Amino acid sequence: MANQARPNPYFRNMNAKVAATPMILTTLVVFVGCSVWTVIYSFSASRALPVNEFVGFAQYERLFNTSRWNKSVGNIATYGVVSLIFSLVVGFVLAAFMDQKIRFENTFRTIYLYPFALSFIVTGVVWQWILNPTFGLQETIRNLGWESFTFDLIAHRNTVIYALLIAGIWQGTGFVMALMLAGLRSVDDEIWKASRVDGIPKWKTYIFVVIPMMRGVFVTTLVIIASGIVRLYDLVVALTNGGPGIASEVPAKYVYDFMFARANVGQALAASTVMLTTVLIILIPWIYLEYGKKKQG
Amino acid sequence: MAIEPTGPRPRRNFDPTRIMIYSVLAVAAVYYLLPLWVMVMTSLKGMPEVRLGNIFAPPVELTFEPWAKAWDSACTGLYCEGLKVGFGNSVKILIPSVIISIAIASVNGYALSFWRFKGSEVFFTILIFGSFIPYQVMLYPLVIITRELGIFGSLAGVIFIHTIFGMPILTLLFRNYFASLPEELFKAARVDGAGFWGIFLKILVPMSPPIFVVAIILQVTGIWNDFLFGVIFAGTKNFPMTVQLNNIVNATQGVKEYNVNMAATILTGAVPLLIYFVSGKLFVRGIAAGAVKG
Repeated sequence: MANQARPNPYFRNMNAKVAATPMILTTLVVFVGCSVWTVIYSFSASRALPVNEFVGFAQYERLFNTSRWNKSVGNIATYGVVSLIFSLVVGFVLAAFMDQKIRFENTFRTIYLYPFALSFIVTGVVWQWILNPTFGLQETIRNLGWESFTFDLIAHRNTVIYALLIAGIWQGTGFVMALMLAGLRSVDDEIWKASRVDGIPKWKTYIFVVIPMMRGVFVTTLVIIASGIVRLYDLVVALTNGGPGIASEVPAKYVYDFMFARANVGQALAASTVMLTTVLIILIPWIYLEYGKKKQG
Repeated sequence: MAIEPTGPRPRRNFDPTRIMIYSVLAVAAVYYLLPLWVMVMTSLKGMPEVRLGNIFAPPVELTFEPWAKAWDSACTGLYCEGLKVGFGNSVKILIPSVIISIAIASVNGYALSFWRFKGSEVFFTILIFGSFIPYQVMLYPLVIITRELGIFGSLAGVIFIHTIFGMPILTLLFRNYFASLPEELFKAARVDGAGFWGIFLKILVPMSPPIFVVAIILQVTGIWNDFLFGVIFAGTKNFPMTVQLNNIVNATQGVKEYNVNMAATILTGAVPLLIYFVSGKLFVRGIAAGAVKG
């Protein structure tokens, strides 16, 4: 009887495998296959089309001798460091304040998080208008009587990166706040009671007890925002389109422009391989952390 | 047991800490709300009023002309048909992408939680870490693949790409959800003779509407807001709304009509914003899904 009812185990496995085929193909062909292809062909002499002539690190040499690429790397480094620090600090502070059993918590959260629902293109276009030196915020404040008020970040080579930062932080901090708030809510109430009994001030409890406890949330948030920063593209296209000159170019835009507009595939592939390497440098320590944790547990 | 004091705790009327907390939160709220305010106000003014240079002031003379123009006749380079074309394209991209990607990912998540096979966890791990790879790394090979499949520069092409890149987060979402269901449920169904598809369609899907809603929210906002895939894989005829918005605003020729631009911006942001305001906590759950690992 048991034999009759039991389905063929091989066939049962087949069913799940067939169902998982799209996932298997995506992982093998797209995530592994396409990435490997890009890395391999970044060593080729490809111009308008990929060719099988391999030239070692020639593309990379050219890449790092291109002022536009070096500017892009510098920009993304500045953007990355400032926006990481800023969004983590502000996100955490907002979350900590939101966690004080305040009124209108839902309203505040809705307000902080709505930019995250918007497209980077929308964000870029709005801030382009607000930061417009002729009609935007600068002119508004001047018309109110403060004649020498200057706020033309977007028009100058040295400051345009801060225009990107203002817009990027506006869009992303709410998300960090939401993650941090979830992390704070998962901290055991007993911790707070214990620290109150011991008479430790609240801010000290946050810094020495709660933040170390939330290490996992911080690391995960860091990895998510950092890998988002590496691929920053849409916001730049909408807000500045890389200008003035090449002052706000970023690596992802370099890849796109050389791949499609300038028909120089070799350069684009080398640039994207550098991006991939950067992400791996961020990811690998994280994988170790996660893996180490699972081993313990 | 000690007797606890009851009733509200007496509190000073002006607790300085709480005033500080509320003022910081309020200042932050103003910073977040200002762009929305500026967008709406600018879009309701005529160009002469916009040129006066007070982006915060409400319109003296209210006009809906910019909205009509943004929707119906704003120019994107050569064509002057307004955003309605992009809206239509975005809908045409959105609906099949959402349905296909969720259908595939839910089955994936189901197979990964109840029908693990040798290597399934390896594929899943690659899938999750693959989602961190910058899209730029995979763009060119994907252009070749879609071209070989004959779908490059078409609706099918961009739908295909959205299905692929939606897979990691959605699979994670469904896998974690299904894994939280009691195993007995699955075992009982097996005993009653239900198979792979039977259990999924007759038992799991009917008891999982919330997670499907979260997945839909995630995908609708994600796909609607996409720019890169639309501009590369959809083809000029099928450019989604975000691409069209960028073309309208950053067109190099013609006089800049900031009021029309802002109306166009609100129109483009309207769909995700509507979903966000209606869905509330489910939206938060969706975006946190990627962060909270199972």
